[in-house]
Amino acid sequence: MLDKTGFPLEITGEDTPMVSFRKVNKSYGALTVLDDLDLDVAAGEMVSIIGPSGSGKTTVLRMLMTLERINGGVIYVDGKPLTHMPRGGQLVSANERHLRSRRADIGMCFQHFNLFPHMTALENCMEGPVQVLGLPKAEARDRSEELLELVGMIAKKDQHPSRLSGGQQQRVAIARALAMRPKVMLFDEVTSALDPEVIGEVTNVIRQLVSEHNLTMLMVTHQMGFARDISDRVCFFYGGRIEEQGPPTQLFGNPQRERTQQFLSAVREAV
Amino acid sequence: MFDWKWDFTWEILPRLISATGNTLIAAGAGYVIAVVLGLMLALAQRTPSRAVTFTVREFVEFIRSTPLILQIFFVFYVGPQFGIRLSPWMSGMIAIGLHYACYLSEVYRGGIESVPKGQWEAAIALNMTTVQKYRRVIIPQAIPPALAGMGNYLVGIFKDTPMLSVIGVAELIHTANAIGSENYRFLEPYTMVGIIFLAISLPAAGLIRLFEGYVRRKLGL
Repeated sequence: MLDKTGFPLEITGEDTPMVSFRKVNKSYGALTVLDDLDLDVAAGEMVSIIGPSGSGKTTVLRMLMTLERINGGVIYVDGKPLTHMPRGGQLVSANERHLRSRRADIGMCFQHFNLFPHMTALENCMEGPVQVLGLPKAEARDRSEELLELVGMIAKKDQHPSRLSGGQQQRVAIARALAMRPKVMLFDEVTSALDPEVIGEVTNVIRQLVSEHNLTMLMVTHQMGFARDISDRVCFFYGGRIEEQGPPTQLFGNPQRERTQQFLSAVREAV
Repeated sequence: MFDWKWDFTWEILPRLISATGNTLIAAGAGYVIAVVLGLMLALAQRTPSRAVTFTVREFVEFIRSTPLILQIFFVFYVGPQFGIRLSPWMSGMIAIGLHYACYLSEVYRGGIESVPKGQWEAAIALNMTTVQKYRRVIIPQAIPPALAGMGNYLVGIFKDTPMLSVIGVAELIHTANAIGSENYRFLEPYTMVGIIFLAISLPAAGLIRLFEGYVRRKLGL
């Protein structure tokens, strides 16, 4: 069923994408950040978003996490509208309650980790499960310890973030997001604020997630090698739209568009 | 030069000490009101409702721009015309609590605004409700930077309790006045009052600094 503006109230069918951007627009005043973005991400797919700064790539993740409102279009998660809600056969802007019910499917890791400084690593991971999901403390603790083990941070579980290195903080932040059991994980330049020697410890955790878990992931990154290694698909953003996308071998090995070629050669020169 | 009488000083000391107790109770109760109400005023200024935000902000500005003594008179003398009859003690604590709540709300506001944007976003990413966000993430981080300002106003409220003497609360100044008029001697009672204030304010300021350090360590900040 379609709403009068032509957007489906729900996306159904076997190949329903886990995430679907339909004609999404975002602007800040006169500045258009995203211009009629269409992007589908299949369940279990790992999509990397690359592009020059200001191309709107981080905004894609922030809109999906509902940190930013969109100005047009609809975003669907698991077939149901995220930014809108159905009212009498029409899609209307989502209220806070709808956002809360749909946001539970999404988890996010940030460039600057954003761990809660007044809580230990373990408390950071338990916070969401206990407070938001209402899990008993013992269960939340087990789940959190398991995840801290997965990211290799169990030995530091009782440390506050101020006592951890950037790489360690980011690994705790990944565990914290996973503790909410999201269907979709967003990684927003998670290695950009890290010293070069600790980037590996974070990318290895993400690599492990890709190979062992069936999570849908969107990652904004400047690390082309990493994106090439682990992505199912790479999207090159330019000027608020997807300039080119495809499997990493194709996009990195044989880019079709001139802007993609320019960007990739500029990045290679910088390395 | 000075005609200081020690025997008179010792004689009036018990009365002054008992009045010190009253002063501390008034300051303490007023401060509790101010701490709680101040936080509510600060949070009310962050609600999505523009009407609420505007009203509260104007109220805070109004209280901060008028003298405390006027507010004390208003609660005590004008209140009864609206059917609100309060004892001098109650009136005094409410007026002083309200007055300082408005100042403290600004201190809290500064603390809340000092919490980095990333913390708010992390709370949203964990799908917290507004109440959870403030209670678990924002306020615990907003209080430590606010503690210095909160401590200043604790000392401030203590030093402002003499204003309650105008409506007959038997705090230090009120008692010193009474002693002075009974004995026609003001030097000893007023001097002692000054010494008592100093003896409480100075260590209090030091204790507040120690407490601030303790809270920061406790929160791992």
